[in-house]
Amino acid sequence: MEDTKPEETNVEEQKDEEYKICPEKLEEAKLKSKYPHLGNKPGGSDLLRKRLQKGPKYFDSGDYNMAKAKIKNKQLPAVQTEKTEITGDHIPTPQDLPQRKPSLVASKLAG
Amino acid sequence: LTAGGGGNDVQWCFSQVKGAIDDDVAEADIISTVEFNHSGELLATGDKGGRVVIFQQETENKSQPQCRSEYNVYSTFQSHEPEFDYLKSLEIEEKINKIRWLPQKNAAQFLLSTNDKTIKLWKISERDKRPEGYNLKEEDGRYRDAATITTLRVPVFRPMDLMVEASPRRVFANGHTYHINSISVNSDNETYLSADDLRINMWHLEITDRSFNIVDIKPANMEELTEVITAAEFHPHQCNTFVYSSSKGTIRLCDMRASALCDKHSKLFEEPEDPSNRSFFSEIISSISDVKFSHNGRYMMTRDYLSVKIWDLNMENRPVETYQVHEYLRSKLCSLYENDCIFDKFECCWNGNDSVVMTGSYNNFFRMLDRSQQRDVTLEASRESCKPRQVLKPRRVCAGGKRKKDEISVDSLDFNKKILHTAWHPQENIIAVATTNNLYIFQEKVN
Repeated sequence: MEDTKPEETNVEEQKDEEYKICPEKLEEAKLKSKYPHLGNKPGGSDLLRKRLQKGPKYFDSGDYNMAKAKIKNKQLPAVQTEKTEITGDHIPTPQDLPQRKPSLVASKLAG
Repeated sequence: LTAGGGGNDVQWCFSQVKGAIDDDVAEADIISTVEFNHSGELLATGDKGGRVVIFQQETENKSQPQCRSEYNVYSTFQSHEPEFDYLKSLEIEEKINKIRWLPQKNAAQFLLSTNDKTIKLWKISERDKRPEGYNLKEEDGRYRDAATITTLRVPVFRPMDLMVEASPRRVFANGHTYHINSISVNSDNETYLSADDLRINMWHLEITDRSFNIVDIKPANMEELTEVITAAEFHPHQCNTFVYSSSKGTIRLCDMRASALCDKHSKLFEEPEDPSNRSFFSEIISSISDVKFSHNGRYMMTRDYLSVKIWDLNMENRPVETYQVHEYLRSKLCSLYENDCIFDKFECCWNGNDSVVMTGSYNNFFRMLDRSQQRDVTLEASRESCKPRQVLKPRRVCAGGKRKKDEISVDSLDFNKKILHTAWHPQENIIAVATTNNLYIFQEKVN
């Protein structure tokens, strides 16, 4: 079994110290180990643009049929919940659609 | 910090709870905003289903001083309905993001309510008389046979059961491309502002087909977008001053006398960050979810994910006070990012004399932070503490190590039970706390 070089041990110790002082960095390490493809700029434009587009995108038959034609009769992928991918290219499929909203009724706070 | 009541050893008691008891919560019933009017007599709530419910404080029963005034349903109406943006193939939610009351000028009450795209001015008026004794109509509205009319009478107004009517007086539409997060009525009582992620508009309450854009932070190239507007508010007394907060933890104060477009701020409030402490989460948790001026107009309060900060308007480089809301969550940020809770937007509010501030947390806990006594307490809005005038017991969260009796461990907290919206009566120690679908009203214990 190889011995670790002294420099590496020092760096590790330094990191341990950081984690002790900073629980946030420990949490960051946890997240990065779960999602290795996560970018380093969390507040960057990707996250913000996702936020600006909040709201379910609805089924557009034109988009859907054109996308299907491109993939040549293959199934379109369903919604991915991967945190790494924020894509604006996703074409909703009939399976992705949320349920119809129920009819308007009175608030239970007034009951 | 030792436990204490909210300000001057106030003890809080349960007063009322509104809403359904069952655990199966319909999405439409999720409460999205709570606001007292300027006198505190009325309390409005908005929900995800676009409905507004207004409660009215009963006039005190002088013969029974122990029986404190209760809030009962005064009016309820459908403010916004779901819409569809055909061009973008996107649904526009009917969820009421904010309600703001106008100061009362006459017998009627007015409020502004907004969803993501459209602001509406609602008039709430009382009718307690109706005209009776028409010559041509029966009381039920049917027309009388003219041949049967032999005499004339003068119709008179007679008392009737109180009817409260809500009618939309103005609809301020098509002012926002992005989602409206704030509205704020100006102290001039003529104008108000509305803010979305990238722009702030100023409207005149009488004019619906025009608004002035006063802040625009949209970059020419959206790839360069680094921050969004998260909240905005007019100064309570200075009609030319407003502030807006950002997702990067900054607050900008703008003076509309300086220029028509307030892209250049008059003051920038930002606390310097220690670069060695920076992590992936730093920017996300620094995002300000709410900004509120103090009643006296000298301070403002901001809420970010883990703390509440009080800023002196004369000092831009750091807050004068910082209070931890739930610091024990700092070591849970990874899972809070995974379940999206890290993006929850908590609001905050001041009490009437600016001595205590309040904000919500998870597990249906809420925090009272006493500025004057430098004490804080964690209370819970729960159906288990619902006996009339039951005093709320302080709650304690155990961050790690040995859990004491009566403490709850961080891992046992229910992150689905969030208190995002709270409101404090402008004059009295009465607070309204919204859980997911219930509204709790707590009052100061009266001996």
